[in-house]
Amino acid sequence: MSAPLVWIVAPGVAGVLLFFLRRWPRLAASAAMAVAGVLALAAWKLSVGEIVSLGLWSFRLQETLFVLGRQFTLGDAIRPILTVIYLMVAFWLGGTISTRAGWAAAPLGLCVVALMTAALAVEPFLYAALLLEMAALVCIPLLASPGKPVGRGILRFITFQTLGMPFLLFTGWLLAGVEADPGNQALVLRVSILLGLGFSFLLAVFPFHTWVPMLAEQSNAYAASFVFLLVPVMVTLFGLGFLERYAWLRNAAGVYTTLRLAGVLMLAAGGLMAAFQRHLGRMMGYGVIGETGFALLALGTEGGLPIYFASLLPRALALGVWSLALLAIQDHAPDLTFHSVKGLARRMPIATACLVLAHLSLAGFPLLGGFPVRLWLWEFLAGQSQSAAIWSLMGSAGLLVGGLRTLAAFVSGSDEGQLQVSEGRFHALLLLIGGLALIVVGVFPNTFLAVLAQIPQVFTHLAP
Amino acid sequence: MTLGDLSLLSLAWPAVGLLTLTSVVMLVGRNWRWCIAALAVQYVGVFALVALSWPVEMAVAKMIAGWMAGAVLGVATITAPESWREEERSWPSGRVFRLLAAILGGLVVFSLAPRTAALVPSVRLEQMTGALVLMGMGLLHLGLTAQPLRVVMGLLTVIAGFEILYAAVETSTLVAGLLAGVNLGLALAGAYLLISPTMEAAK
Repeated sequence: MSAPLVWIVAPGVAGVLLFFLRRWPRLAASAAMAVAGVLALAAWKLSVGEIVSLGLWSFRLQETLFVLGRQFTLGDAIRPILTVIYLMVAFWLGGTISTRAGWAAAPLGLCVVALMTAALAVEPFLYAALLLEMAALVCIPLLASPGKPVGRGILRFITFQTLGMPFLLFTGWLLAGVEADPGNQALVLRVSILLGLGFSFLLAVFPFHTWVPMLAEQSNAYAASFVFLLVPVMVTLFGLGFLERYAWLRNAAGVYTTLRLAGVLMLAAGGLMAAFQRHLGRMMGYGVIGETGFALLALGTEGGLPIYFASLLPRALALGVWSLALLAIQDHAPDLTFHSVKGLARRMPIATACLVLAHLSLAGFPLLGGFPVRLWLWEFLAGQSQSAAIWSLMGSAGLLVGGLRTLAAFVSGSDEGQLQVSEGRFHALLLLIGGLALIVVGVFPNTFLAVLAQIPQVFTHLAP
Repeated sequence: MTLGDLSLLSLAWPAVGLLTLTSVVMLVGRNWRWCIAALAVQYVGVFALVALSWPVEMAVAKMIAGWMAGAVLGVATITAPESWREEERSWPSGRVFRLLAAILGGLVVFSLAPRTAALVPSVRLEQMTGALVLMGMGLLHLGLTAQPLRVVMGLLTVIAGFEILYAAVETSTLVAGLLAGVNLGLALAGAYLLISPTMEAAK
């Protein structure tokens, strides 16, 4: 048995089989969550390359699976990343039990994560661009709800993800030339431009970010959060693969400056636009743009890789809680504009409080999950680029203003009716757990984030 | 160079002409049947240019994948014809504008192709011209529409152009399979987007 069979083929097959449970979406979601949970546990416990004993059955878990003359390799070093990915997916799938993310959420969720894991494993690793594109295509039925018109956000999402792929594939071919002649500055420049464009398309970097707020506004918020969470993480891991493999790229001075610049631009733009936003869905979109900016900023800062990995947990929690709360609010409000949600805090105290908590966490509000990683980054940035630190602080301030305006909308209005809890019981429970987790991670950051900060050891050339 | 290669080579410029014609038909066409037929014919031109670099049997696979993509889109549009009717309203002037934009794009492509081909020695001028025509027209198509069928046709056109270029530098079977998968995936995603507004919402 090989590791790719366990973490690529098995979830893929499980996803396909779960399509047959489409009449029972809650059962399918529970089964999918169990599969993802077991795979996360397996990634944590099983050692690749060593003999594994399960009762009377013992076998060696091989690293490599051969397909059409190419290899899919999942070594022992990548297990921490697999654990994090499958845990995130398991938590997300758990949320689909209580949400209207559609009957296809559970099977498609597993298929997407299988394709994305394949993208991490394929050799030559540049073929990952094709697998990431396929994963993006599988996300489409998740994002387009039946019976509703197709929004422009979905069309732009599919367009930008597809346009990014050719740039990365062609870069792969040019890289061979750079490796042979690293002194050829014209070729290096060409590769850098193609690489930058490819990743800008995939990561929704300015000016290719427009689909993010559109998708958050027009699609099912919980389904969109899956895309917002998983796509940037996998694309970033793919990008880190580039830096890990190519010394000339790793050592090029402009790479980290460009990453930092792009990060600052996105964080500041996300914050600024969130500050003036009046739609709760789009507000989440701008929060996501700011979060992508934060990730790029962390990657572009010297010694910032542990910060990036540590930020995954608070980001996953915040996005999960934010989108769950949005779904609950959608059930009780005609739309998600500030005007329509005025005074909603009296009717939906749990959803509104958790939404504001999640928003403030992404803004880096003290004692919430997002604060420790932001503080960590600001400390690093202040020593390396004070202007970047100031701009990123302004981005966070913009998000904070957006959060406070949301809070004001929830508590304003002339509705003086009695306080009541209108959220569904299970939905409210999930929101409370998520909201509590945001506070616990913020108050005890070392307990949770220190483990994630060890993941960069996977990248031997990049780890500080 | 074999006799087969020579005959394929003689087909290269006609294939570029075919690609130009089909991509313009897709851009200005108002009838979805014509547009999808043009998409299918486009893959014949793609086959002719890819076959200059790949074995014919692998190039044929690319053509068949393209035809299947066209068939999927066709079936979906038959199922939900309203999706096509929600077209841009300013048609007569819009059509002229698209045609003029296509001519402008074509001029840019034909003037840039020789210089670009010189940058990539393994790509023939015919392949570079055909690829740039498709990528240019595809991007133009994407920039002028927000209709799911047109967006998917635009994306398939851009990808087809890229495939011609990439075939000259990469001959892996896995890549050929994955690219065919991407083409079919795009068509299936497009089909879903076409029919999802008419599907019954989940309770």
